[in-house]
Amino acid sequence: MSNKIITINGNEYAFTEGETILAVARRNGIDIPTLCHLSGATPTGACRVCMVEVEKARTLMAACALPASDGMVVKTESPKVVKSRRMTVELLLASGEHDCVVCPGAGECRLQELAMRYGVAGKKFPKTKSRYGLEDVNPMIVRDFSRCILCGRCVQACNEIQVNRAISFGYRGKKSKIVAGEDMALKDSECVFCGQCIEACPTAALMEKGARVKIRPWEGKKVRTTCPYCGVGCQMWLHVKDDKIVKVTAVKDGSPNKGRLCVKGRFGFGFIHSPERLKTPLIRKDDGGFREASWDEALDLVASKFREIIAKDGPDAIAGVSCARSINEDSYAMQKLFRAVLGTNNIDHCART
Amino acid sequence: MTNSFSEFAKSKMFLVIGSNMTEAHPVAATFVKNAVLNGARLIMVDPRRHKLADFAELHLPIKVGSDIALLNSLMNVLIEEDLYDRKFVATCTMNFEALKNKVAEYPPERAAGICGIPAETIRDTARRLASVKPAMLIYTLGITEHTCGVNNVMSTANLQMLLGNMGMECGGVNPLRGQNNVQGACDMGALPNVYCGYQKVIDQKAREKFQKAWNVPKLPDRNGLMIPQMMEGLVSKKVKAFYIFGENLANTEPDIHKVEHELKSAEFLVVQDIFQNETTRFAHVVLPAAAWSENDGTFVNSERRVNRVRAACPPPGEAMPNWWIFTEIARRMGQDWPSKSARELWDNEISVLSPNLAGIKYRRLENDGLQWPCPNEDHPGTCFLHKDGQFTCGLGVFSPIDWTPPAEVPDEEYPLVLSTGRRLYHYHTRTQTGRCEGLNDMLPEETADISYADARARGISQGEMIRVKSRRGEIRVKARVTPEVPPGMVWMAFHFREGNANFLTNAVFDPVSLTAEYKACAVRVEKI
Repeated sequence: MSNKIITINGNEYAFTEGETILAVARRNGIDIPTLCHLSGATPTGACRVCMVEVEKARTLMAACALPASDGMVVKTESPKVVKSRRMTVELLLASGEHDCVVCPGAGECRLQELAMRYGVAGKKFPKTKSRYGLEDVNPMIVRDFSRCILCGRCVQACNEIQVNRAISFGYRGKKSKIVAGEDMALKDSECVFCGQCIEACPTAALMEKGARVKIRPWEGKKVRTTCPYCGVGCQMWLHVKDDKIVKVTAVKDGSPNKGRLCVKGRFGFGFIHSPERLKTPLIRKDDGGFREASWDEALDLVASKFREIIAKDGPDAIAGVSCARSINEDSYAMQKLFRAVLGTNNIDHCART
Repeated sequence: MTNSFSEFAKSKMFLVIGSNMTEAHPVAATFVKNAVLNGARLIMVDPRRHKLADFAELHLPIKVGSDIALLNSLMNVLIEEDLYDRKFVATCTMNFEALKNKVAEYPPERAAGICGIPAETIRDTARRLASVKPAMLIYTLGITEHTCGVNNVMSTANLQMLLGNMGMECGGVNPLRGQNNVQGACDMGALPNVYCGYQKVIDQKAREKFQKAWNVPKLPDRNGLMIPQMMEGLVSKKVKAFYIFGENLANTEPDIHKVEHELKSAEFLVVQDIFQNETTRFAHVVLPAAAWSENDGTFVNSERRVNRVRAACPPPGEAMPNWWIFTEIARRMGQDWPSKSARELWDNEISVLSPNLAGIKYRRLENDGLQWPCPNEDHPGTCFLHKDGQFTCGLGVFSPIDWTPPAEVPDEEYPLVLSTGRRLYHYHTRTQTGRCEGLNDMLPEETADISYADARARGISQGEMIRVKSRRGEIRVKARVTPEVPPGMVWMAFHFREGNANFLTNAVFDPVSLTAEYKACAVRVEKI
């Protein structure tokens, strides 16, 4: 930290060269609201919500984009600032469908939060109808352009965070739209359905198809866990309602994935609730099929067969393969069973494939 | 991995070899791409031009199975042009002279003939690698799934030691592990030669320690069998009973006809899983297990991070946690185990018995987990290994290694090389992803990826059903004609039973690790 000082709301703070006003403020617990700002991506200064008053500056300045400088004096909630934010939110509310009563995003919408925070009712200007409707022709992501405020966070999430480069700003002026490729459906584009755009979207313009209109933000419970697919070990929240996983989101800033997931992590949980899950032990019948059995019967059979084989052919006539998908405690228990109970080191797993 | 994912985005130079990260480890790949956007340099070595090549300043499309020739030749240039890290080599390594003599046999002109990469490109690559320090090496199964897999791995370590890239942040040798808990299954001793914490079963002291902990008079003192040996043992009747927990061997192992014959030969086969699959067809008893989100427990990721898994919902029907099933079998065979939950297993047994994990307890795992080694409860965990060139066994040992070709190479009858791997939308044999809405829609069937040149030569058009044949079997599958694949190569996954590449793959193995050569066998492609 240098000895350079910025004054925010009357208090002095040291900062490092290159730090933005927003970063210094956040570091010191001062809440400057943002909409388009996406941590880890280049500031765009697009939404004008983070505007602050900087002494000697001709206009309000975007806190997300302006680097702090020595002797700078900033006010983050002055009447001028608040007036500007109210106007920004009014204009956003007037553009497109922001009908909180029936909106699936109500309750976790940044725009709704800002409207509440600044007492904006959204009635000042006549509504302009959205040019673009809803796209849900893929199985995972619903794009509701009528709720899009063109903040560009999804574009940044796609291009700067995940670097999949599938979506960008298209057209100009009032025709502006977030487009995939040359304005095609996501499923026909370069999109790999990581869903980072959903995570970034501050409104309900982007949502998981399977969760939209199925769970409200305050319903159910959130359980933190580790992804069951590759060896990266992404940290995720399972959103659970009525004992069913409804959607998965990334743990923001959690290690190692820092708020990122891939398509399998985000959308690959449906198997858990498949009706095809095994529900009872099964024992092979003489005719070749299976019959259902109780745990006692199945486990007694396994134990007696193992005893029989050990007695006849020795413990090394039994071999086992553990599971690289299941928890450590399972693998530990299985190798203990083989070594300490059956008496063989014939235990392996697919480490080599 | 010697290093950590958090270092990827900060790294300045990458050598990614045999790793289709953007599909197999998508989130890890995002950090590499972030680094490249920030100015980091990326050299990619892979027979296929997969997505990551878009971010690489140099892509070396080597011939399948020529990795050692390339790596030796890079080292040849580094030594020849005096570009290697003399200080690191002198102070932290041994056996340099032997390495030097060996790689002297691999001048770029010779390697060029083996790898299909021009000699000048090999020289250029070596110079680029030496120009940025540290450079991080990342590999995946493109390195290990060969009959020379262990030698491939050692060669990557040779290169990184020669460049002095070991034991530091943003350097190291970093295998990305394919399964969520394959690291953990190794750490737990689900291996025929070690207990948890890599304590050897042939070491009497280790045996005594575990005999005491497990309260048994005697533990077996010889290394057990590895999977391919177990399977062959089923046929030779050396193995009578086989217990498969959460693996779909009938689809994942090379040469499915051989595998199914082996499974069929089992006198008593127990399969413990969450679904019926191709393997349960051979079972005598099937035990229903609780799945991922129905268990409390832990996984260990590629960077040795122990992280929590938490139960979110109850298992269906009578399905039970796997550890409970093992505990119950133990009880029926006369042993009453004290631990009655995953937490008790970890806190009271695993971390007590494994020196590397001694400091890791459930109460310390609430947030982002801990990376082992973590020897005591005040230890913060370890981001990267071999700090300041301190290797586990003292000095890093160079291994002089010769290139060997794959066991089966193309010939007149089978003129193409088949290499297999994974695709983005599915995971292994689809027991899970095949039951997820969305994923199955995005990728509903298998394809054989072939080059334009090979398609044209055979009059095959995009999406046409073709026959792919090897000495072991044949499949019918759709052709996906793509510039990703070089002429002479066929690339497939093994996600679908229909057209599964493992009907074709060769059941030959690395002599040390017994990893199968999934990356190379000879095939023929025919128009139907």
